[in-house]
Amino acid sequence: MGNLSVRNLEAWYGAQKALLGITAEIPEKQVTAIIGPSGCGKSTFIRCLNRMHDTLPGAKVSGDILLDGKSIYDQHPVFLRKTVGMVFQKPNPFPSMSIYENVVAGLRLNGERRKAKLRAAAEKSLRMAALWDEVHDRLNYSGVSLSGGQQQRLCIARALAVEPSVLLMDEPASALDPIATQRIEELVTALKKTYTIVIVTHNMQQAARIADFTAFFLNGELVEFGPTSEIFTKPKDKRTEDYITGRFG
Amino acid sequence: MYTKRNLLNALMMGVFSLAAVIAVVPLFAVLGYVLKNGLTSLNLAFFTELPGMMGVGGGMANAIIGTLIVVALASVMGIPIGILAAIYLSEYDRRSWFSTLVRFTSDVLTGIPSIIVGIVVYAAIVVRTKHFSAFSGGVALAVIMIPSVIRATEEMLRLVPHTIREAGDALGIPKWRTILSIVLPTAAKGILTGALLAVARISGETAPLLFTALGNLYYAHSLNEPIATLPLNIYFYAISPYDQWHKQAWAGALVLVFIVIVLNVVARLAFRTRMGKN
Repeated sequence: MGNLSVRNLEAWYGAQKALLGITAEIPEKQVTAIIGPSGCGKSTFIRCLNRMHDTLPGAKVSGDILLDGKSIYDQHPVFLRKTVGMVFQKPNPFPSMSIYENVVAGLRLNGERRKAKLRAAAEKSLRMAALWDEVHDRLNYSGVSLSGGQQQRLCIARALAVEPSVLLMDEPASALDPIATQRIEELVTALKKTYTIVIVTHNMQQAARIADFTAFFLNGELVEFGPTSEIFTKPKDKRTEDYITGRFG
Repeated sequence: MYTKRNLLNALMMGVFSLAAVIAVVPLFAVLGYVLKNGLTSLNLAFFTELPGMMGVGGGMANAIIGTLIVVALASVMGIPIGILAAIYLSEYDRRSWFSTLVRFTSDVLTGIPSIIVGIVVYAAIVVRTKHFSAFSGGVALAVIMIPSVIRATEEMLRLVPHTIREAGDALGIPKWRTILSIVLPTAAKGILTGALLAVARISGETAPLLFTALGNLYYAHSLNEPIATLPLNIYFYAISPYDQWHKQAWAGALVLVFIVIVLNVVARLAFRTRMGKN
């Protein structure tokens, strides 16, 4: 579960084309990193995967994305997003909610009322996000009372609580300090046993450390996609080599 | 040269300070005057008794309750409509011709003299139902408060970061649910502040009630009857020829000012807690 097949995906913001025909197979229960310079379309690409892009006013897409063989455009975006979760660049816990309420928000606001079920989901998700030990005795504290790194793990727990099969992460550690970043990276490695993870990162070392596969984007084009070890040691494309050796970007 | 500059600097600062002092003088003059005249006329009977005949004794119990009823009626109609309309403007339609029209209309409505709202409600409700009523007074005040509730709420909703809405979307929460359960609570204290300030503003309105609530020497027994309110009573008592009623008008003014100040202070405190928490 969680195999994504992207076929000739094109995306626009108004008249501006942001993705020029992307085709890629994102394997299930692996970590796939999306790298590339600013403005190359990495964020647009990941936002197409849970239809956060094509639901923007003025934005559109063509081509197809299959999740486990079924087109994501055949479902209502609201339902798709229960299967394809997302974590954002800046931690964004709901300020009006406690830690507990944040974790179960996705379930509760979709109609789950049973207390026992919510409790169990909260504990399970917080444990998976490696946050349970730090917050289990203060679940009623405000979500924004946590540190930046804890807030980001809270957001990961919140995304996991709705039991997606794919987890998209848009530069999840770029607003965090090195220690918090390391914890997120360890978490990503642990989570891939259960989830397909697609992570956008600015940091090539991070991609090399945690990703099984790496996709290099440039100017809206998917230049190269393959096992991380190959992309970083023997890239096939000159542009990939130039980028990873730091000649631009 | 240097002294000239310093002198000019001091002079200008003096001008600005003077203007600032002049700006607060009326407020303190009003408060002081109302307090001085009102306190001497205020007694228990003022809060518990009905008006006395032709300027003797009595109180304004019916007007105090009447003000509370009419203002509550206006709030029950005006606050939900204002908040829901602001949600539409902020969450569903930020820049179409229709939302521009709504914003423009509410700005214009804020600037329209309130007596005109009174006349319109008179024509629309009082003439048709053939009697003055508490209900028509409530409608007139609601019309006056809706624009300010809309603008205050919309501003507060716009302060809620976009990332919060995205987080709701990304969890597969329907949009209306994200708005009601995530966006609105995040802005709640600011919205409450805006609503309370609007309530404070309409509590003292007199003109729109002249041809709607009309006034009443007794308690109103239903919303279809004319009803007494503090601002109306102050007006009628002040222009009456009786000394006793003049005194009562001062007492009424004091109570009204007190209500408005309390509402203002509560509104600001509510907003401050929000700031402190984040």
